[in-house]
Amino acid sequence: MAASYDIVVIGGGNAALCAAMTAAELGARVLILEAAPKTYRGGNSRHTRNFRCMHSAPLGPLTGHYDEEEYMADLMKVTAGKTHEGLARMAIQRSEECLPWMESRGVRFQPPLSGTLSLARTNAFFLGGGKSLVNAYYRTAAALGVDVLYDAKVTHLAVEGDKVAYLDYTQGEVAHRLEPTATIVASGGFQADTDWLARAWGPAAKNFLIRGTPYNRGVVLADLLGQGVDQVGDPTQCHAVAIDGRAPKFDGGIVTRLDCVPFSIVVNKHAQRFYDEGEDVWPKRYAIWGRLVAAQPDQVGYAIIDARSLPLFMPSVFPPIKAATIEDLARKLDLPAEKLRQTIEEFNASCGDASGFHPTELDGVATVGLSPPKTNWARPIAEAPFYAYSLRTGVTFTYLGLKVDATAQCSIAERPVQNLWAAGETMAGSILGQGYLAGFGMTIGTVFGRIAGNEAANYAN
Amino acid sequence: MQIDLIQEARRQTEICNACRYCEGYCSVFPALHAKRAFSDGDITQLANLCHNCRGCYYACQYAAPHEFDLNLPAALAEVRQASWEQFAFPNRLAASFQKNGMAIAIFATLCFAALFGLARWLGQGAGAGFYGVLSHNLMVAIFTPAFLLPLISIALGLRRYWVAVGGKPVAFGDVMQAFLAAANMRNLAGGHGDGCNFEDEDRFTHARRMAHQLVLFGFLLCFASTAAGTILHYVFNMPAPYGLFSLPKLLGVPGGLMLTAGALWLFILKLRADPALGALAARSGEFGFIALLGFVGFSGLALYGLGQTALMPTLLALHLGAVLAFFLLTPYTKMAHGFYRLAALVRDAQRQRDEVR
Repeated sequence: MAASYDIVVIGGGNAALCAAMTAAELGARVLILEAAPKTYRGGNSRHTRNFRCMHSAPLGPLTGHYDEEEYMADLMKVTAGKTHEGLARMAIQRSEECLPWMESRGVRFQPPLSGTLSLARTNAFFLGGGKSLVNAYYRTAAALGVDVLYDAKVTHLAVEGDKVAYLDYTQGEVAHRLEPTATIVASGGFQADTDWLARAWGPAAKNFLIRGTPYNRGVVLADLLGQGVDQVGDPTQCHAVAIDGRAPKFDGGIVTRLDCVPFSIVVNKHAQRFYDEGEDVWPKRYAIWGRLVAAQPDQVGYAIIDARSLPLFMPSVFPPIKAATIEDLARKLDLPAEKLRQTIEEFNASCGDASGFHPTELDGVATVGLSPPKTNWARPIAEAPFYAYSLRTGVTFTYLGLKVDATAQCSIAERPVQNLWAAGETMAGSILGQGYLAGFGMTIGTVFGRIAGNEAANYAN
Repeated sequence: MQIDLIQEARRQTEICNACRYCEGYCSVFPALHAKRAFSDGDITQLANLCHNCRGCYYACQYAAPHEFDLNLPAALAEVRQASWEQFAFPNRLAASFQKNGMAIAIFATLCFAALFGLARWLGQGAGAGFYGVLSHNLMVAIFTPAFLLPLISIALGLRRYWVAVGGKPVAFGDVMQAFLAAANMRNLAGGHGDGCNFEDEDRFTHARRMAHQLVLFGFLLCFASTAAGTILHYVFNMPAPYGLFSLPKLLGVPGGLMLTAGALWLFILKLRADPALGALAARSGEFGFIALLGFVGFSGLALYGLGQTALMPTLLALHLGAVLAFFLLTPYTKMAHGFYRLAALVRDAQRQRDEVR
């Protein structure tokens, strides 16, 4: 068993599968060690939805064109320039050839539909979502002869000199050791280990919800960093969004997201506003609200809308809290009623002419003389019944990770580890410094998964 | 019981409505996403629109062991099954047959026995061939009501369905769209055209779609063959038996082959599929129905092949008994799905038309 695999891929999500398929197509004997049971295989990829893809002409489901400069500019905007430009450009450039590559390995995309229209030009949506992509890849990998072990938790990679000498994993209660020629780490971030999150963030992190898999506990990441493998990224940075406060602790996924913020005012537990809710359209702002809510007392916020705004956004899985008056709503939310009434009256009084209100575009309907302002969709909250959603910080993945170069190779003190590569969320911090651009995680995973698979197979051959 | 099933389906559709990852798979999701709240009638319509292709289940990030415990194909199958029971006339019969393959077998056996008994009691008929066993007039006397009564029952059921789902006056275009969707079984093609999930977990194949269409078109050819025979008999005064190159045989032989092979294939596929993604209580009834359908085709072919032998009277009674059981049970078995599914497709065509306006 020990000598029978050229390459071991640690992890079972998109990046791991792209690496495994690529290596197997080059003739390598590949084993995937997936920590989750089969029903939960695929890591965060199970919850993903789309792939952001550069294209010079209509491509598959994508309309129009989306060139490298526009893609790069979108990325720079959301990350406030904290992006590794060289690696980001490489990921962007290679995304175009990935789309047909994905299709030929069983991924199916869907035409732009009800929930996806605003991204029809830039993002290709998986028919059935990320789990269907993962299912297709496991089928393709199996046909290529890739072996998969589930419930296989890697505990240690022994780095000796400039090589990984062996790796240990447990399956059930039984410990195993493998000595593959090459190893690819694609086992995600550490966000499911809330103790680690709390060390990085402070105790506030205990109130965070984890949107994805509970299996990304960063065991392999910590093991490698502990042995001096180069790290990258700020431990407090992650892809975090504001989600429904009633979501489960783990694995709530897409249905816990709330799209109501632009049509609401958001207050903290003291019934005070803290940020411009109408700064931009929601797909361009959802990723900053996780951090905004995280900075509030008890890491909680409340989005409040009136009856007119209820049909303007996608339904959430949890019904809104409803009341006939603002005071009643405050009581149900356990907010100071007098203060909430005052905040809303103040907001309503500073709303100007709302006749130009337009829910799907930046309408410039803004408050006057209010701090913080609401710069779009500022319509008084006046029509009963009133509705509220509680907001909490939902972490998708952490950015502290393995530092890789353009060949996805890991290093120690900037000297390459000969037989160790990384792909996906575990190395995404090599590109993203902060912020997040929808669909870019799958781009990084696919591009770097393929690179890692290719490099590792060439090394092993 | 019924309320609980609808409530569970409603809980699941509300989660689906907040996710929308499956929108492209079939007709259910666009219809589901068009609503924010679901009445009992809405759930009934979605349930009858669902073809149980299972694509959404295998793609579902919220399937068990996730705490949301989504299994939409099963939830809708349960509601669908219950709705046929509720709408059938008289609905007591439906409950026993849909859930009970044994009841179907016993009923079919009783039909065989009755026909054997009848043939024995009447002795040698006056005609030649099959009519030497059972006279043509007697066959007509038995099968005309056996054909018409179930049709009346189905019509009453469909009327109840139409009221329940809030159907509107039917336009020709709606019906055309529904028949087209049934003719190519678009809802088992998976949206991407790779087929559906059934016999091998998340693998997409066209096996179930093809097997179903073999049965559907085989059945229609057999039906057309019978109709052709009736016309030849009454209009052209050309009674059976017919030669191989006659219209009844040219339609009936391929039809019988397709029906038999398709039913056998469906039976095998169903054995391999995960029962937990369908209506568990109806499983035995569904197997019983497929077996009966296959036997109708097979006994018809056997009768053609062995019609000149001493086995003929026995085969004739078996075949006619199976056909009789099949007709009489139409409103109360899985056969009802064809009618309700068509109605749901017509209703969905109306919804799409209203949406465009």
